[in-house]
Amino acid sequence: MSVSDIERLDAAVARLAADDSVLRLSETEAERRSGYQADTERMIMNMGPQHPSTHGVLRLVLELEGELIVRSKPVIGYLHTGMEKTGEVLTYVQGPTNVTRMDYASPLFNELVFSLATETLLGIEVPERAQWIRMLMCEVNRLSSHLLFMATNGMDLGAVSMMLYGWREREELLRFFEKVTGLRMNHNYIRPGGVAADLPDGWRDDLRSILDALPDRLDEFDTLMSGQPIWQDRLQGVGVITAEEAIALGATGPILRSTGFAWDLRRDQPYLRYDEVDFDVIVGTHGDSFDRYAIRLGEIHESMRILRQILDRMPTGDYRIQDKKVTPPPRARIDESMEALIHHFKIFTEGFKVPEGEVYVAVESPRGELGCYLVSDGGPKPYRMHIRGPSFVNLQTLPHLMRNSLIADTVAIVSSVDPIMGEVDR
Amino acid sequence: MTEAPDPAAGEAADAGVAAEPQPELLHGMPITRDLGQLVLHVPRDDVRRVVTALRADGYWQCVDVCGVDYLDHGARALPPTVTPERFEVVISLLNHTERTRARLRVQVPESDPRSPSIVAIHPGAEGPERETADLMGISFDDHPDPTRILMPDDWVGHPLRKDYDVGRIPVQFKAAPGAR
Repeated sequence: MSVSDIERLDAAVARLAADDSVLRLSETEAERRSGYQADTERMIMNMGPQHPSTHGVLRLVLELEGELIVRSKPVIGYLHTGMEKTGEVLTYVQGPTNVTRMDYASPLFNELVFSLATETLLGIEVPERAQWIRMLMCEVNRLSSHLLFMATNGMDLGAVSMMLYGWREREELLRFFEKVTGLRMNHNYIRPGGVAADLPDGWRDDLRSILDALPDRLDEFDTLMSGQPIWQDRLQGVGVITAEEAIALGATGPILRSTGFAWDLRRDQPYLRYDEVDFDVIVGTHGDSFDRYAIRLGEIHESMRILRQILDRMPTGDYRIQDKKVTPPPRARIDESMEALIHHFKIFTEGFKVPEGEVYVAVESPRGELGCYLVSDGGPKPYRMHIRGPSFVNLQTLPHLMRNSLIADTVAIVSSVDPIMGEVDR
Repeated sequence: MTEAPDPAAGEAADAGVAAEPQPELLHGMPITRDLGQLVLHVPRDDVRRVVTALRADGYWQCVDVCGVDYLDHGARALPPTVTPERFEVVISLLNHTERTRARLRVQVPESDPRSPSIVAIHPGAEGPERETADLMGISFDDHPDPTRILMPDDWVGHPLRKDYDVGRIPVQFKAAPGAR
């Protein structure tokens, strides 16, 4: 798509409006009108929120004409826990513990975007090694998130053995996380000012053994799925979207890239040290569910490529900034220095103050653009913290992807969008 | 895009008048570039015009819409021509060609918490605008689906407002039929 294509974008907006594929009913109205509609000879049906293939608690209200889906609407909010409100009563030090629980399949990205936003307001840059550690952890997290997608996508389409394979590979990565951060999920590892701890002894061996074992397993996935006629029939041409429609609907990540539009914040608006590593942005051609699957498989390979470069180039140095106002002193210093004790006490009770201002920072999470809008009033807690969850915005493509498709394809399409409900509802 | 006039040059040209640095303008709107981020301060009535103009400039995608309640932080930094109000609607736009971002900050008064919807220009704003309406209580004019999105339909209040307390409140469940 080129600059002159604003007309095509306009046409896509007009088409989306004319399509009438979103069933705009309130929850109450949808409940009242469920069942057969005599006037339109259509059926309004409810799917979820407790349905194994809706990836959590997504509810879809579908308007059917026979086997075809005419209009639909995702109904969300079942996992809403007010995390943005909670973020306003926690200090910047405590913040990552909160945001890490949003997209629970890729927690480190949430911590990263929150930390980057805080650091931008503070006007600090974390040390070189911390940047590379963050990159390392995020890419391993991208692997684990995409492997989870492989598992659930396979299961959703009936390739049940894929479920076990995907989970098995992810387990290795979670073990690596546990060794580095102490936790398998919700790490609170990336914090404003750096990371919580340096990499443990033997991390290179652990990572190398993962990187050595994975390519063969991925080839198995490829044989098991990509080449299979059933797999292709279930996914190819199902849930098609064009680049202009994806842009108009705010879609990012694999959905946007599946249309052939190469947009990856790691390459296009580099953060951390992504401008210093080589990798390709994987794009599709058809914008269908198969391309979205294939892109994620390709991105696993690219992440492994980045990880190999990180293994070679990991610098030495500090893993967190040596700014006493932001970083708590090492444990040993507290016993010998009154000043260290005061700093420690201050940081963990009151927190550090962040200059007044507002900032929007975005990173490329496995699901697309993960943004954090942070407003500070000069105090130790965010005045307002808003997370732009890629899953939340990507869900808007669902009614358009599902228009005029069969009920049986619903599961394939929802699966290919890969929403994480924790992030959708926040 | 108009460049900011050099304050020194202004003083030389007009020595009698106190040289007030004029805010930089884009599409007639004052802009700021704090922390390297382009922010346009747009009155409510001009939102659609400015968003359309920016879209023609290459800001194709609306990535986010959110609201901020400045009840406890009224004295924030704003260009001199902008009157602070209690609420702000913040619209984030993305330019893929030049790889830049722009942000619109729209002042919304407490007495009339409404803002024009940009769904007709950016269909992707539908969900985020519903979220802002639901949690912040700012309604969007001409929004195609002005329903609650995260909170239940019968919920009272808007949780992200600053006068909506954090703390214990009775959990509101819809009446569920008993087992017997």
